[in-house]
Amino acid sequence: MVTRSRCCLRYRAADVAITVDLLDQPFNPGQFVGPFTNAHPGLGGLCSFVGEVRSDADVEALELLHYERMTRPGMEELAAQAVERFDLMGLLMVHRVGVMRPGEPIVLVSACARHRRGAIDAVDFAMDHLKSRSWFWKREKRSNGWHWIEPRQQDHSDLARWGD
Amino acid sequence: MAVTVVFIGKLADLAGEDERQVAAPLTWAGLGEALGADLAAAAADDRTKIAVNGKLLAEKTGLNAGDGDEVALLPPVSGG
Repeated sequence: MVTRSRCCLRYRAADVAITVDLLDQPFNPGQFVGPFTNAHPGLGGLCSFVGEVRSDADVEALELLHYERMTRPGMEELAAQAVERFDLMGLLMVHRVGVMRPGEPIVLVSACARHRRGAIDAVDFAMDHLKSRSWFWKREKRSNGWHWIEPRQQDHSDLARWGD
Repeated sequence: MAVTVVFIGKLADLAGEDERQVAAPLTWAGLGEALGADLAAAAADDRTKIAVNGKLLAEKTGLNAGDGDEVALLPPVSGG
């Protein structure tokens, strides 16, 4: 019995398309979501979330730093967890690094599954984990210079919803 | 014989550089000495994590890095 479920897991992991991308230039989410959708014929639901640099008074730019040897493996591990937990057919995670202006996309998460609930929950799960547990550091440029952004309590309570 | 210490985010601001070569082997006490008071205090902050070659240390005071290792000082994350 144990052997059999292991076998199925391995098969499924190999079968599910996980794409994790870190980009240092502006991107158009639609250019990723289109091919991702087409790559999964037979899906029942696809959910996408795009986070953008919010227009706040006094914020001229935002910079995201990452640490390549941890950020990418961490995102890949998160993606694998989401695929397993929500029984996904595919998961796409695209994250910007570098300097961004208000209105530019920062992050795109798309999930597709046989049923809508898995796709929707997987995106919510991935975003909560990207916000508070992934290896990114953010600073904002205001009129008086750059300021590092500290983690918010809200991010931690969002994460606590998933009980992991 | 050196260990590369990588500073990230506000710790890089504090260090005035992104990385620094220090003598191997490098322990927690040795790191404190190599960094100087301000950075050592930041490294000792509960919220600062330490990774060796991309692997997070469960207990940073157990640091024991050798020649060629990369030790990263990671401030609290704020992503997405």
